[in-house]
Amino acid sequence: MARFIVRRLVGMVAVLFAVSVIVFVVFMVLPKQNPAQSLAGKNATPILVENIEEEWGFDDPLPQQYLTMMKKVFTGELLQYEPRIPVDDRIVEGLPATFSLTIGAAVIWLFFGLLLGYLSAVRAGGWLDRILTGAAIAGIAIPVFLLAPVLIYLFANQLEIFPSSQYVPLSEDPGEWLNHLILPWVTLAVLMIGFYARVVRSNMLDAMDEDYVRTARAKGLSERQVMTKHVLRNSLIPVVTLFGLDFGATIAGTAIITEAIYDIDGVGLYAAEAIGNFELPPIMGVALYGAFFVVLMNTVVDVLYAYLDPRVRLGESAS
Amino acid sequence: MSARALLSVRDLRVGFTTEDGLLQAVDGVSFDLRPGEVLAIVGESGSGKSVTAQTMIGLTRARNSRIEGSVELAGEELMSAGDAKMRQLRGERIAMVFQDPMTSFNPVYRIGAQIVEAIRAHRPETSKAEGRARAVELLGAVGIPDPERRVDAYPHEFSGGMRQRAMIAMALALEPEVLIADEPTTALDVTIQAQILRLLEQLNRERNLATILITHDLGVVAEIADRVLVMYAGKVVEQGTLDEIFYDPQHPYTWGLLGSLTRLDQPRPKRLPQIAGSPPSLLDLPQGCPFRPRCPHEFSKCPQYPPLEARLPDAPGHCDRCWLTPEEKGEKRVVAGRIGLEAPNA
Amino acid sequence: MSTAQPNDGAPLLDVTDLVKHFPVKRGILIDREVGQVRAVDGVSFRVERGETLGLVGESGSGKSTVCRAVVRLIEATSGSIKFEGREIAGLGRRQMRPLRRQMQMIFQDPYASLNPRKRVGQIVGEPLKRQGVASGSELRRQVQELLERVGLSSEHFYRYPHEFSGGQRQRIGIARAISLRPKLVICDEPVSALDVSIQAQIVNLLDDLQDEFGLAYLFVAHDIGVVRHISDRVAVMHEGKIVEQGSVDQVCERPQDEYTKKLLAAVPIPDPRQSRERVRNR
Repeated sequence: MARFIVRRLVGMVAVLFAVSVIVFVVFMVLPKQNPAQSLAGKNATPILVENIEEEWGFDDPLPQQYLTMMKKVFTGELLQYEPRIPVDDRIVEGLPATFSLTIGAAVIWLFFGLLLGYLSAVRAGGWLDRILTGAAIAGIAIPVFLLAPVLIYLFANQLEIFPSSQYVPLSEDPGEWLNHLILPWVTLAVLMIGFYARVVRSNMLDAMDEDYVRTARAKGLSERQVMTKHVLRNSLIPVVTLFGLDFGATIAGTAIITEAIYDIDGVGLYAAEAIGNFELPPIMGVALYGAFFVVLMNTVVDVLYAYLDPRVRLGESAS
Repeated sequence: MSARALLSVRDLRVGFTTEDGLLQAVDGVSFDLRPGEVLAIVGESGSGKSVTAQTMIGLTRARNSRIEGSVELAGEELMSAGDAKMRQLRGERIAMVFQDPMTSFNPVYRIGAQIVEAIRAHRPETSKAEGRARAVELLGAVGIPDPERRVDAYPHEFSGGMRQRAMIAMALALEPEVLIADEPTTALDVTIQAQILRLLEQLNRERNLATILITHDLGVVAEIADRVLVMYAGKVVEQGTLDEIFYDPQHPYTWGLLGSLTRLDQPRPKRLPQIAGSPPSLLDLPQGCPFRPRCPHEFSKCPQYPPLEARLPDAPGHCDRCWLTPEEKGEKRVVAGRIGLEAPNA
Repeated sequence: MSTAQPNDGAPLLDVTDLVKHFPVKRGILIDREVGQVRAVDGVSFRVERGETLGLVGESGSGKSTVCRAVVRLIEATSGSIKFEGREIAGLGRRQMRPLRRQMQMIFQDPYASLNPRKRVGQIVGEPLKRQGVASGSELRRQVQELLERVGLSSEHFYRYPHEFSGGQRQRIGIARAISLRPKLVICDEPVSALDVSIQAQIVNLLDDLQDEFGLAYLFVAHDIGVVRHISDRVAVMHEGKIVEQGSVDQVCERPQDEYTKKLLAAVPIPDPRQSRERVRNR
């Protein structure tokens, strides 16, 4: 197992390196425009552009430029120029909001996805299954940018149960923190619940046909034991993989739209604004941040998968 | 039938409603199992042998299944018993072992854990340590070397033969009265098969464990069975003692099965005697005897459904479902010096 | 049984010291080969024109790997494979093409070896089409003739595999294999997945086809009874090696090797009295 983890970690570093090179090439090398110009932003003065050119060393050979860029990233010198703030500071500032949003939504979608999928599978073909399947498909079909305004209109404006926007840090006021996050959580989770319910249902139905489920029944286990310890347990393995990837992608940037609509001051919102103003340093910074989380979650998921499925962990031996 | 029967099946019928109509998988099966006896149920795919076994322990109860008839275990009726009662009985009084030990174990749990799970499902007061000790004991009893270590292994770390032994160990955990083995050796190599058969035979002898062995392999039957039931298209077409079935078979299907076997102890025939055609679709059975389309001895009485009857005066336990007279049977079943069904013109 | 012609020189198939190793890789970052699975560990045998060589062994013995290596589905690690005297072990794809007309294969699983999305006529006709032998209505006529020859009916041409039983699908596979009138057919466990009453039908069919077309078979199976029935000569494989080889009578009646003896002793005899004798003598 240790060998397995080491390999994955090394792989992770290699991938991150590759991603950083790609970011470098895409943003610095490929565009026809002078990279210093792109970095400086829309309202750049010629002096600013000149300073950037010197700082970033655009006359140096490419590998040197890459190293300069990476040095800036790691030492927190990646600056956005209008206003002048280090990108990484801004990202770190946005993390609590983004994490609160995505982790909360993830917990909700995982819990309900499993629950609804389980119920659907156990009562497959019945009326409950049909209703849940319909709801799941509806959930998958409704786009976030439609759902959010509808929720805001209903619950925030009309019924005035929840506030319509803003993020309140946990440390400031836990009650309000929760209050402000409910609608965003629901928005983000609805789509995923539908999807996960379908996946869990499908995996469970497959697992129910397996021989070991028949053995479990033949041993005299109760139906609930059979469903949870055997069917659900084995169905979870692919779901874990999926969840890891989805969670990574969500932290990395899928939450952008939700943050934008609800005006939650997280990394996603930062990225949305930067894209709107075409400010290159924040975009690069967020790209690297996103890549980091996706790769991290991928690795975590691989390790978790090996833990859950002993065949992967120990390798196929036998005989 | 004997009053001393441990398990008594009377007129069992199991049908499944499908999109294409009612599929009668089991159509009026009756037999007795005496304590300590090994009963072999022989048939090919579609014969209904597995469905019969699974129905006896309630595994076929579903919305689309229609079950009729009676199954009595030591006088207690099972078909009308509640689900909770059946669950209790499974594993504790009747245990079942299946064909493919690789897929019959859950790959993510250790073998020992799965055995302990079986124990604790019926004896929840058993501690984990006690359960584990019992699992080690059981693995040893079925001939697995080094059980102390092996009990913590995962299924894929065992070889095929070991896995099947572990399956049998798990089935014995609660000391059931009846063991049903559904094609236990079909997926195994022939040398391993011999070992498993020896194990089953030993368990039957030492523990007086009544065993139902389901198989398509008559060689396996000859090794360990006491009595034999031959099934075709959901019906019993012949039943009797081992010797009666092998040396005095009364039904053409049985002749066909015996004839198409390769015999290492006999010279090779020119052509392997075969049975023409294929097993019938259960949705589209012929009128009368189900074997008609494939039987070279079909005659005018066959469209009338033959009852299962003992037709030999000195063998009241030997029943068959064929209208031919015993004399005709004695004649027709010998093909090229052996028992078989006529080979079609080459 | 065979219609073996007098030995006019080179055997049809001549395999010498065939070896196939699968590397076992381990390592922290970079996979290094730490060992090998010696699936086939130096195997030699011959198949003469029109005869049947039975290759019998249990799972893991390497018999399926031998089949695949001979047909070049996988590459042998080393050794010589000669077909009609010509070395084929190192030939490229283009050079193998004409040879594929001479060497065909039948597989074990009748459910997996037919493409479920193609009609039977397409499946059986594909080799003929690809080798440019026939096309259009002439192709259909030949295919329908083949279908009848293997015991199916010409109207099955238009059906899909899933409409057939296991035995019938195996017949389709056989029709496909003999469509090009090959000299050698390699049968990899062709009857193991079938019901007992159907096995005999397929074995008889293979026998008939051998008589009619002068086919040679390399018949691989784990059921020594079936192998004994259809073969002229038998080779017994165990853990990658051939432990005994000879005529059917030699190997089955007077086995020399310990493993062969063990294998033969393990086969259940469908005769209760003899079984009881055996138990008594154990």
